[in-house]
Order: sequence, then structure tokens, then C-alpha cells
Amino acid sequence: MSLSRQDVAKVGMLARLALSESDLDVMTTEMSKIVGFVSLLAEVDTASVEPLAHPLDSQNVFRDDLPQPSLTTSEALQSAPRHDGECFLVPAVLGESGAA
Amino acid sequence: MTSAASPTAEPFTTIVGLEVHVQLQTLTKLFCGCSTAFGSPPNTQVCPTCLGLPGSLPVMNRKAFELAVRAALALNCRIAPFTKWDRKNYFYPDLPKGYQISQFDLPFSSDGQLEVVDPKGAFAPRTVGIVRVHLEEDAGKSMHDEAAGTADTRIDLNRAGTPLCEIVTQPDLRSPQEARAWLNELKLLLVYLGVSDCNMQEGSLRVDANVNLHIPQPDGRIAKTPIVEIKNMNSFRSVERALTYEAARQWEEWQATKVEMGRMPKQTRGWDDPAGITRPQRQKEESSDYRYFPEPDLVPVTVDEPQLARIRAAMGAPPTELRRTLADRWKIPAYDADVLVNQGRELVAYFEAVATAVADGKLASNWMQQDVLRTLNERGGTIGEFPVRPEQVAEIIGRVQKGEFDTSRGREIFAEVLSSGRPVADVVAALGIAAVSDDELIALCRELIAANPKIVADVQGGKEQAAAGLIGQAKKKNPNANPGKVRQMCLELIRGM
Repeated sequence: MSLSRQDVAKVGMLARLALSESDLDVMTTEMSKIVGFVSLLAEVDTASVEPLAHPLDSQNVFRDDLPQPSLTTSEALQSAPRHDGECFLVPAVLGESGAA
Repeated sequence: MTSAASPTAEPFTTIVGLEVHVQLQTLTKLFCGCSTAFGSPPNTQVCPTCLGLPGSLPVMNRKAFELAVRAALALNCRIAPFTKWDRKNYFYPDLPKGYQISQFDLPFSSDGQLEVVDPKGAFAPRTVGIVRVHLEEDAGKSMHDEAAGTADTRIDLNRAGTPLCEIVTQPDLRSPQEARAWLNELKLLLVYLGVSDCNMQEGSLRVDANVNLHIPQPDGRIAKTPIVEIKNMNSFRSVERALTYEAARQWEEWQATKVEMGRMPKQTRGWDDPAGITRPQRQKEESSDYRYFPEPDLVPVTVDEPQLARIRAAMGAPPTELRRTLADRWKIPAYDADVLVNQGRELVAYFEAVATAVADGKLASNWMQQDVLRTLNERGGTIGEFPVRPEQVAEIIGRVQKGEFDTSRGREIFAEVLSSGRPVADVVAALGIAAVSDDELIALCRELIAANPKIVADVQGGKEQAAAGLIGQAKKKNPNANPGKVRQMCLELIRGM
């Protein structure tokens, strides 16, 4: 299994990484090796294996709908690279939110 | 575009499917104890979990899950006995974790349906299939200063992590009008069952629509135009307008290009309400681009019959059932029941209080539609805030029933109680309303007959409707005179002449 440069460029775009041409060379080689290694798993016969939703044998963990104290705004913002005391500031993002 | 009355006149069929997100009525977020109250100052309802800080872990809100199940049951969905959550990965500044916790291959419910019936028969009853309902978290809010262009984007994460139900329909709707009516029915259902307040202004209900056209070809084949997803619609009215616009746009594009579905990827367009048009938006990422994988921080949830029975028992009656019981219990037409139920639970309670007090459902319903609802619509606000209480409406109707005054006088009293806020008895006294005795009425009628020989001659000549002129005069002389009685008495007196 190998990845094309286009595959890697697309993954880079999805991860919002600006990959240079030389980055793409290195990444294409290295990611192909990683995917090749993982594809060893394809050799295992999984016909009789149930898909695993979660490694823990635990289910139905809930909490009650009771409000708990939130952080203060200054606590919430303190680790942000930039803020205006009210909101986090990020470089202008125009267009639609990616939320779906 | 042709009117709703003749959709077949169009050379195409509009195919619509909807994707609706509703915010669940919980006090706290889906995975943490932060408040979901709307309108607080930015970033005051955030904690390490909803900020996506390292080391924090989500814990599922039981109420959110139960409300989601309630919504799915109300939509006649099959509830999965086993469900899990997945990470939907994408990078956007209002999504602090870099992924949204959503559901991918094992949503908690699927395969439902909800019917919409237009009481005036503008379209045939339509049953809309529900593909799935799943439970996921909301993102935060990005605020762009579009005018500045290059200014910073500000991020408020109060909304991040708020529980949402995503409801996906089959492409079963066949016109913009149907889509709007179906959304109204969905909203009514979810509000009735306490699932969501469905307030679109506050973003508690958001709708995206998928639309394309099926165009019969001369060779009998059906050509299908590429599917377009429309976003940014802020009211059900804009959903209807956007779909109407988009159908017309696709029809023109089809005539010019003949491009069919599958020849290009699904397109996303945004509705520009002031301009009344849709505009292309960035291409949506493909499902595989979201690199879904099972959420390791949440364990799966199982649902059994006793749990479902408990959730069902707490649900209350859905609007469809209430329309039927109301029509049966009070012997009112289906149309009346529909109008009452569509106004919400509080108004139904108001109506039932009036109907019980006057022991006449149809009469109570008439007063609701002609007086209470009409003035409520003019004034705005909710029935809970309406100054005239059901006991007062019942008192006015009761006095009409006893013959103290007629319905039109009753209406004046209603209006006066509404504007003055005074008790019915005071208003009746202040307006000088008193029951008119039969003796007084006969005297009045004789007086009128003596003064109007022309009308009398007309009536004697067979034109009974001429008596209307007498009734008008009677009202002027004595506003309390019952017009029906005046008419009857005058006719009798004239016949006896």
C-alpha cells in the first residue's frame, strides 16, 4: 500500500498544515511506510471478530443534569495566545463554520 | 413558478430532504456541568471539558440522552439497543478539541416517520421518513467583522458542547410549501414534548435543506439535477423562499446545461435572505474527510424495554393525538382542533377551561378563534400573559347564553375587559348593559314600525330582508336590544298588521 503525493497533500490540507514541496516528498515516503506497516493487520482473518466499540467492558456512564461552576472568563482565556478579555482571538476566518 | 394549488403544472418535481438540528432543553451541556443558558456574556459558561483542555474527560448528560430518545420515539424511530459515539475530525476555531463528538455508524435511533396534514388541504397529507436521529455536541460561535475584512475573528465558546439532536429526513418532501408545513409540525411536536424550545432566533433550531429536481424526459426517463444543500436559513419562511428560489434556479440551469446528478459533487449554497437568492459556498468535506473513529473517552450506551417504557410514560401526548382527543371530547371540527393545538399546550389548556365552564366546546372554540386568538395575534405575546383569563371569557359567554345580551355585545365587553383589565360585571354595568325585557322590546319595535312605513311596505311585499333597516335603528335606540329578537318581533308585528 502506498500513498500518492495528492493523498498526502489532501491530508495536509485537512489538518490545516502548509506542506512545502520538500515536506511532501518526505511525508509521502514516511506516511507510505506507516500505512504499509499498519496494513499488516489486513492479513488477519476478522470474519468471526465482533467490531469493538470500546476497549473497556463498561456501559451507561451518565451524570445528572446539574449545573456546576464554570471557569471565570479570565481563567478560560489565560492560556490563549491572543484574546480581548472577552473572546479568544484568531486570524480572520471568513465564510461558513465547518460545523455540521 | 406556479402556485401551490397546481404543482403539477411545473415541468419538474421538487425533491426535498431536510437536516434539522435542535438544541435539547437541558440545564447543562452534553458532557460537562456548564450552563446552556442563552445570552450570557462570552466565555462565561466554559470549563476545561468544553474548552478541550488536556486531561479533561466528557461524561454524558442523562437528561440529554433521554430527551433525544424522547424525540426519536415521537418521530416513530426504532431505538437501537446499543449505541456509541464517534469523533468527527475537522479543524475550525470554534471547535476547540479539533473534533466534534457525534454519532456515525451506530446512531441511537433510525427509520422513523412524521406525517404532516394541511387542515385546509393545500397539499395531500405527506408522510416523511426519518433516516436517523442522533445525539451530538454543538460548536462555539465565531464572530467575524465582515466589514473590516482582515480583522480578527472572535470566538465565544459558551455554546460549545451544548446537546443537539440531529434529525435527518428522507427526500420525501415534494414542494417548498410542504417543507415549511412539515417543519412547523416537527417544531410543534418537539415543543409539546419538552424536547426543545425550538427558538430559531436563539439558534435552538437550525435547518439545512437538500434539494434537486426530477424532470421527466420525452423517452420516459427521469432526469435528476445535481443535489444542492442550502444553509443559512433563519426562519421557516426563509426555508420556503430558499427552496422556491433554488428549484427555479436549478430548472434554469438544467435547461442551459443539462447537467445531471453524479456529474459533479454535491454543492453547498447559502441563502441570502435580503437578496432573496442562494450563493455558492465552499465545497463541503466528504464524509471520509472527517476521519470518523469511535470516541474512546465515552463508553457505549445500551437501552432496554423498561427504560423505553419509562421515557414513553414521561412523554405526554403528541399534537396528532391531542387534535383527535380535542375534536372528540368537545365535538369541535378537526379544523378548530388543529388551530387550537397548533398554538401550543398552554392555549389548549385555556380553551379547555373555557369549554368546561360553559359546557359547550363549539361555542368556546368560536370565541377562542374569533376573539381570543385574533386579539392575541394582534397584541403578540403568549396566552399565559393574555390579560383576559378563561374564567372571564366563560363569564361573558355564560351571560350571552342566559340572554343578558347578544354575541356582538359580548364581543364589545370582551374588548373592554381586555383594554381596561376590569372585571366582567363592572364592564357590563359601566357600559349600561342590562337585559331588555320583552315589554321594552315590543314597545321599541312598535315605535320603529310606526316610523318606517316604507320598510313595512317592503316586508309586506315579500322582501323580508328589508327588516335589516329596522334592526340597525333598534341598535341605535337601545344598544342592548338583541338583533335576532328585534327582527323576529318586527316581522311578527308586521305580519299581524
